Amino acid sequence: MIQWDNILIDAGRAAIGIPAAAYAMSALGLNLQFGYTGLLNFGHVAFMLVGAYGTAITVDLGGSLWLGIPVGIALAALLGLLLGFPTLRLRTDYLAIVTIAAGEILRLIVRSSGAEPLTNGVFGIQAFADEFFDLNPIVDGRYGIGRFRFDERTLWVLIAAWALVALGTWIIWKLTRSPWGRVIRSIREDEDAARSLGKNVFWYKLQSLMIGGAYGALAGIILAVDQQNVSADFFIPLLTFYAYTIVILGGPGTVFGPILGSILFWFLFELFDEFLFDAVAAGWFGDVIETTDVGAIRFAAVGVGLMLLMAFRPQGIFGKREEVLLDV
Amino acid sequence: MYDALASTAHEPGVPKPDPIMVASGLQRSFGGLHAVDLESLEIQRHTITSLIGPNGAGKTTLFNLLSGFDKPDAGEWHLNGGPLVGIPAFQVARQGMIRTFQLTRSLARLTVRENVMLAATNQPGERFWHALFGKWRDIEEANREKARPLIERFGLDHMADEYAGTLSGGQRKLLEMARALMVEPELILLDEPTAGVNPALTQELLEHIIALRDIGMTVIFIEHDMDAVQNISDWVVCMAQGRIIAEGPPADVAANPAVIDAYLGHHHGEVP
Amino acid sequence: MALVLVGLVLMQAGPVFAQDEGPSIVGVLESVENELREPVPGVTIIASLDGTVAGSAVSAEDGSWVISVPGPGTYEVELDVGTLPGGVALTDPDRPVLDNVRVREGQAKTVRFQLGPGISAQVGDLDRFLDLLVIGLKFGAIIALASIGLSLVFGVTQLVNFAHGELITLGAVLAFFFNASPLGPQWPLVFAAIPALALAAAFGWAQERGLWRPLRRRGTGLIAMLVISIGLSLFLRHVILWLYDGLPRSYSDYAIQREWSVGPLDIVPKNLVIILSALVILGAVGLFLQRTKTGTAMRAVSDNVDLAESSGIDVEHIILITWIVGTVLAALGGIFFGVTEGVQWDMGFRLLLFVFAAVVLGGLGTAYGAMLGAFIIGLASEVSTFWFDVQYKNVIAYGLLVVMLLLRPQGLLGQRERIG
Ligand SMILES: Nc1ncnc2c1ncn2[C@@H]1O[C@H](COP(=O)(O)OP(=O)(O)OP(=O)(O)O)[C@@H](O)[C@H]1O
Ligand SMILES: [Mg+2]
Repeated sequence: MIQWDNILIDAGRAAIGIPAAAYAMSALGLNLQFGYTGLLNFGHVAFMLVGAYGTAITVDLGGSLWLGIPVGIALAALLGLLLGFPTLRLRTDYLAIVTIAAGEILRLIVRSSGAEPLTNGVFGIQAFADEFFDLNPIVDGRYGIGRFRFDERTLWVLIAAWALVALGTWIIWKLTRSPWGRVIRSIREDEDAARSLGKNVFWYKLQSLMIGGAYGALAGIILAVDQQNVSADFFIPLLTFYAYTIVILGGPGTVFGPILGSILFWFLFELFDEFLFDAVAAGWFGDVIETTDVGAIRFAAVGVGLMLLMAFRPQGIFGKREEVLLDV
Repeated sequence: MYDALASTAHEPGVPKPDPIMVASGLQRSFGGLHAVDLESLEIQRHTITSLIGPNGAGKTTLFNLLSGFDKPDAGEWHLNGGPLVGIPAFQVARQGMIRTFQLTRSLARLTVRENVMLAATNQPGERFWHALFGKWRDIEEANREKARPLIERFGLDHMADEYAGTLSGGQRKLLEMARALMVEPELILLDEPTAGVNPALTQELLEHIIALRDIGMTVIFIEHDMDAVQNISDWVVCMAQGRIIAEGPPADVAANPAVIDAYLGHHHGEVP
Repeated sequence: MALVLVGLVLMQAGPVFAQDEGPSIVGVLESVENELREPVPGVTIIASLDGTVAGSAVSAEDGSWVISVPGPGTYEVELDVGTLPGGVALTDPDRPVLDNVRVREGQAKTVRFQLGPGISAQVGDLDRFLDLLVIGLKFGAIIALASIGLSLVFGVTQLVNFAHGELITLGAVLAFFFNASPLGPQWPLVFAAIPALALAAAFGWAQERGLWRPLRRRGTGLIAMLVISIGLSLFLRHVILWLYDGLPRSYSDYAIQREWSVGPLDIVPKNLVIILSALVILGAVGLFLQRTKTGTAMRAVSDNVDLAESSGIDVEHIILITWIVGTVLAALGGIFFGVTEGVQWDMGFRLLLFVFAAVVLGGLGTAYGAMLGAFIIGLASEVSTFWFDVQYKNVIAYGLLVVMLLLRPQGLLGQRERIG
């Protein structure tokens, strides 16, 4: 039985849920790098990891959460500097290679026994965000209409996360409409031309990578705070490509694209997931697809979605076709 | 202005009375090919110097070296007496030497106006903190006013708010010129600015170039059309196979047997 | 304690939502020698239910591991022998898999693997170093096969194919199908490799004709191509996961071999075979590039497409052949990799980091550079385990990659980048 009402409610919840907010934040950063500056950061997950771990470790060492969050963000910006320095003078592929590898390497280091005193190895760090939840002003209960409801804890995280996304969008809006934004867009179009006009292309790319990384860090922090947990094996390369799909879905190089993209992505993702699950359970596919395969298939679907979008609608769902035709 | 060079000898590498740019021993090879291999080159201030030579002579490569876009294997060069060895391209541009490209590089998904305004050098809003918290709108307004006549001068005003990617090849050449002028450079290197531009506009363009000299800029100008060279140059430098083979006033160089030989020899050697 | 347990369960949660507390399988890995107990960290343990993976874990510094499983049932728990550190082996080498592990609702079921000193634990430093050299050579040979294709394709199309890792996996998995799958013909690996490589060639052809060529025709930009390749990588990897499952498996032959001793050297015969046959194949690739018309054309296209085209080379045809050759070589590398490390759905993706390090070290786009870089990376990362823990092998390769980019970004055999 396909339970459409259930599926739609769940998909609706997912569309405005905490992951949707966190990935909107992540995609805002990636959009600055990829959509506005033309940087191919294939290791965005590394920034998310560094943000989350930077925060958790700071708290674990006795610091406040309110210190931990800026520390996590600053560490991610520093990571941008480290990754950008050897690669941003080279062809764009090198940044992609170094960042995709960095994502995996950082995960391995964080879970390695050598890092255990700080990161607690494969076990990760838990319960570091009490300070945030202690501030929750919302009275216990379940808020919403019908079955579309959130409890007070989720609601508190949701409000905070979407408020941060709004703030982050405002900053991107200011930046990309400023002369600074014009320079990074010119770098995306042709960095030699920008250079010939006296723009320090390397430094702008580095700034974009670092700022985008800070957004990634904040996304990682939102997810970690919500779960009160960081663990290395959460930060798999796949997370980067969720963000890519979201950016392209919403339209690269647009201010609100990442938000729309994230809402749409999580709606479709949940819809597809639950539909497939119900369909498998109802025996539609016989032995070919079993319930344990649903996970693999939905990730394969993200891959196909990313390919098709990039090939046929690189301007996003809402973008204008002509803009892309210029991209020769 | 031409008078300043009146007493200068007509020979390759000759020193000039008031050079803005001095290069010596510049070498660049690709594999076994010596694309640029020059002993010395000086460019007189406030003149139009044409750089001519057969295809593949090394003219563009020389521009790349002078403007910091490519690194020479050996040699040094100075702008206004300041050494440029190892200086990155963007800093060379900031020191007042701007180049254009033979294959135009328009910023496709920026409008024509944005293309030109990007070139302004005085915009503090290009710095991150200023972009977020600073005041840059007044300067932006002033730059917009400054860009307007430039855009008009090159006949792009009706396209000002279109994406540069929608321009024709010739229009892109013009846009690139406008952009370079917005920088208000001291020395401008133009790589075949008239290629692909229609004859009427070419004539106008050449007049602009003369006007640039008259307001005090120095121009180095790569050109294949000898009539154009004859008309506007104060001085002509001819390259072949990476070397300077002749220098002098236009008429003199055009009559130089080595130059004629280089062009003809080149044609002889070329596969039809 | 309760806190830690909650953490353990959360740790296993999927990327998005935390699961509820459920049953789990737990244990502690300790190597026992003369009454001395040493915890064994960094070992992968996989639990599966009816042949599909239900969860996996890696033992921590104190040897402990926890796999939270989706529900009650009878699980099969396997210790991935390949991840055991040097000097530690199963006391009963024939029992890496414990079947019949019954887990009840909400239970944390404990299982034990008996571990003790392996044979190599007793050997001296020199011997161990020599062993590592051989293993490094073997690893280098595998990386070399796997990376030439990436470099060749880059040479002729300027595309870094981020889905290259999946071509490696594809070869290994296809060979597994013909060799050891209950659904397949169960041929010996040498014969199973033939149809596997033929299918890989077909896949290389299909990939170029069905995807990359149409994209080039439409004038798709480089960045878009790179993003598409990473999308393809996600897609292929998870389709393989769907069809093959998450469990690592071994080919039916060559799984366990006794070592040959040659002087101070102990060589597992299959390693020797891999090294020698890889060298022969690499030599053949060199001859192909140097002596045949197609190979020469390939180099010409790499060097300068326009020039090649104007001198009458059918560039599109050469690109097609490059994709086929590259895919077959990657698949072959995958089969060799599978022989030594087992076949798993993400094996190619794990190898990709080493492949990238190799091609960047040697110089992107140069086939010989990829070979040279591969042996350097293979040797460096294996020999590094003489001093450092195995878990830092990747870090060593990554370090070499970054240092190379800082010092000589064009790679050992590459030329300084052209400026437009
Ligand atoms: N990046 C490069 N790599 C290899 N060879 C190059 C490169 N750039 C230029 N060359 C070679 O150097 C020589 C000089 O080229 P250059 O572009 O400077 O010639 P040019 O004088 O500008 O010619 P044209 O009038 O046709 O524009 C040519 O033979 C060219 O093939
Ligand atoms: Mg030229």
